[in-house]
Amino acid sequence: MKNMTSPLSGKPSGSVIGSRIRFALITLFIIAVYYWSVQGMQFEGIQGTAGTVSRSILQGFLHPDWSFVYIAEGEDLLRGLLDTLVISILGTVVAAVVCIPFAFWASTNMSRQLAVSGSGKIVLSVIRVFPEIIVAILFIKAVGPGSFAGVLALGIHSVGMLGKLYAETIESIDRGPQEALIASGANRLQVLRYAVLPQVIPQFLSYSLYRFEINIRSATTLGLVGAGGIGTPLIFALQVRNWNRVGIILLGIIVLIILTDLVSGWVRRRII
Amino acid sequence: MKTPVSTSATLKAAAPDLIPPRKYKQYAGWLVLIAVLIACSIRTEVTPYQLITGLPQMGSLLREMFPPDWSYLSTIWGPMMETVQIAILGTTLGGLLAIPVALLCASNLAISRYVSLPARMILNLIRTIPDLLFAAIFVAVFGIGPFAGMLALVFFSFGIIAKLTFEAIEAIDPGPLEAMTAVGANRMQLIMFGVVPQALPYFMSYLLYTFEVNVRAAAVLGLVGAGGIGLLLDRALGLFRYDRASVIILLTLVIVLVIDYGSTIIRRKLL
Amino acid sequence: MAVLFPITDNAENLPFRNPLQKVGPFMIEFDKVSKVYPNGTVGLRNINLTINEGELVVIVGLSGAGKSTFLRSINRLTDISTGEIRVNGNSVTHASGSQLRHIRRDIGMIFQSFNLIKRSTVMRNVLSGRVGYHSTLRTMLGWFPKEDVDLSLDALQRVNIREKAYIRADQLSGGQQQRVSIARALAQEARVILADEPVASLDPLTTRQVMDDLKRINRDMNITTVINLHFIDLAREYATRIIGLRAGEVVFDGTPAEATDEAFAEIYGRPVLQDELLGGA
Repeated sequence: MKNMTSPLSGKPSGSVIGSRIRFALITLFIIAVYYWSVQGMQFEGIQGTAGTVSRSILQGFLHPDWSFVYIAEGEDLLRGLLDTLVISILGTVVAAVVCIPFAFWASTNMSRQLAVSGSGKIVLSVIRVFPEIIVAILFIKAVGPGSFAGVLALGIHSVGMLGKLYAETIESIDRGPQEALIASGANRLQVLRYAVLPQVIPQFLSYSLYRFEINIRSATTLGLVGAGGIGTPLIFALQVRNWNRVGIILLGIIVLIILTDLVSGWVRRRII
Repeated sequence: MKTPVSTSATLKAAAPDLIPPRKYKQYAGWLVLIAVLIACSIRTEVTPYQLITGLPQMGSLLREMFPPDWSYLSTIWGPMMETVQIAILGTTLGGLLAIPVALLCASNLAISRYVSLPARMILNLIRTIPDLLFAAIFVAVFGIGPFAGMLALVFFSFGIIAKLTFEAIEAIDPGPLEAMTAVGANRMQLIMFGVVPQALPYFMSYLLYTFEVNVRAAAVLGLVGAGGIGLLLDRALGLFRYDRASVIILLTLVIVLVIDYGSTIIRRKLL
Repeated sequence: MAVLFPITDNAENLPFRNPLQKVGPFMIEFDKVSKVYPNGTVGLRNINLTINEGELVVIVGLSGAGKSTFLRSINRLTDISTGEIRVNGNSVTHASGSQLRHIRRDIGMIFQSFNLIKRSTVMRNVLSGRVGYHSTLRTMLGWFPKEDVDLSLDALQRVNIREKAYIRADQLSGGQQQRVSIARALAQEARVILADEPVASLDPLTTRQVMDDLKRINRDMNITTVINLHFIDLAREYATRIIGLRAGEVVFDGTPAEATDEAFAEIYGRPVLQDELLGGA
């Protein structure tokens, strides 16, 4: 605990006594916060059977249900993973396109008034604050459970982050080429097409791929609330305590995420 | 030194036909992307038409959420605080666990590669599993309640903090370490007096950052039964009490914003 | 590539529009031009002068004397406060949006920092000078006619970097990048070239090469050229006319022969310093 507070109080300050008081106050505050947190945690809910359950989980993970990988007629691991992948691809593409106008709205060098870009930035951060699972639940209520709700949830939620990153990219571009195009008699759209877009597109693609890596992780959990993908069979398997099946699904998720990270990283290196 | 115009002609003779490079790869890339999108669209039956018609439905849902049922605020305050408590404890325990592992992983502390490489692999594995999955599993083991949520966040934070911290340790200035080795410090002394002072501000900053992430995560953990505000959100939505759901969502937004703001200020002071 | 325009030693056969065929001489006229910036700084003070077709004018003066404002007001990258500027008889000052774009099409501009799209090929950069000639829709799709490609290749050949046409701009040296921007102005079929400190970020050797290119283009193609420079020996060597600015006012306007060290001391308000000479040559 002492270690954790020292960088706060370790800043140079007026007098030794003043810094001692500050140190003591911060320490007290942190102790109070932790006391409050610990007493709020109820431990009585813990099941007595935790030990045996853990053992059976371990058993399940060590003996995954390989038969679930492929089932000719119905819902299996591969189809679930495919759906998860598909949901995150579509969600990312929707976001990557939808956020472009938001990004231009929010970037300071694309409008004269600061109020314009400022309002755009606020909208983007409001979108960003909503956890995607909450967005997913709302969409499930609106359009019914399934992949469609998942795509919409990822698409809308990702706009917040991608729009911010896109806007920062637009703000960091070299102003010179725009001036050169204006000087040669180009109109606004032509300046956008020949001076702005060539500078930002590679970075846009790279950020979208990065967001895709995040989205595939989110997509695995969307099914837990009913928004399609591998999460759906996982929550069923958890409910009936079929640990062998949970094991194979987790294994599948890990493999899928590692593979997509590899592919996405490879593509990103080639773009930049 | 003026260049006569005639050299242009000689240059031309040297390179008579400048053929623009073919952009097959670029075209192929776009074609693949379009093909993948069409395949995805077929697989999920999600079409652009549906996307456009789906949004108004969202609008009608939003209309049902207003006006919010403000009287519900007193009921949800407790669970909201529980959410924050889950995030605080989960982040702290995860961060404490991350310290020794980060030290093991850092390649510049010259701990055996047979330790650091497997440690890194385990870290990577842990980071592939989303927080909600951890929560779902821990709920199955320990039963419904905040403890399962806290454990989920412990594992989740551990993965993030350990990775960021060991990268920060690898980036520290090697000068002090060499000086310490020169005066004959042992490995523990090296870490205490050479590594910790340099890496601690980064560690604290990552801890706070992870805390911000965890508050968001904790707000939804309840959806799988792992305590906090999410449980009430699930219930409100299940009973079609959208006016209550909107209060929960708004309160969550406020709490998240306040914590983000405070944490950002502290982080800026740290670094 | 089919050679539509056979290249010979004779510059007249290059596929550029022959400026002499246009009716009347191509002039840039400054009529009582003043510019005051919003913060009160005076950029230009009552400028009255005419730049004639085919001149190579070098603007000299201390930094902050209004050289950049002078140059950028010609194509209205900077708006003037009072007075009027006419290019080829058309008022730049009172031109509407599309009129202004038409006037700008005739005016090529070269910048100190080249202002190329670094990630795009040299060809893309040169072609971007052509967008003012085509419809918005066509340029959005990026379909340039073959004549434009040939025009761009010939423009690149004028500055001796034709073989770099399909290389990314950021792989060229500074001097080569500045030549690409000259080629962009040529492909634009500009009748005036404005160069704002074109050699300020180049080393002495490439400085001379770029200045030689500008001089040759000015002479061979009869393109009026206005250059901001701070090296006074370069100004004397290349200019046909030197204009000295001090605090936004024209304090010298004459031939290089008239621009003695005393005249420069008058422009600068102090004796000439060693770092205002490029040296060499």
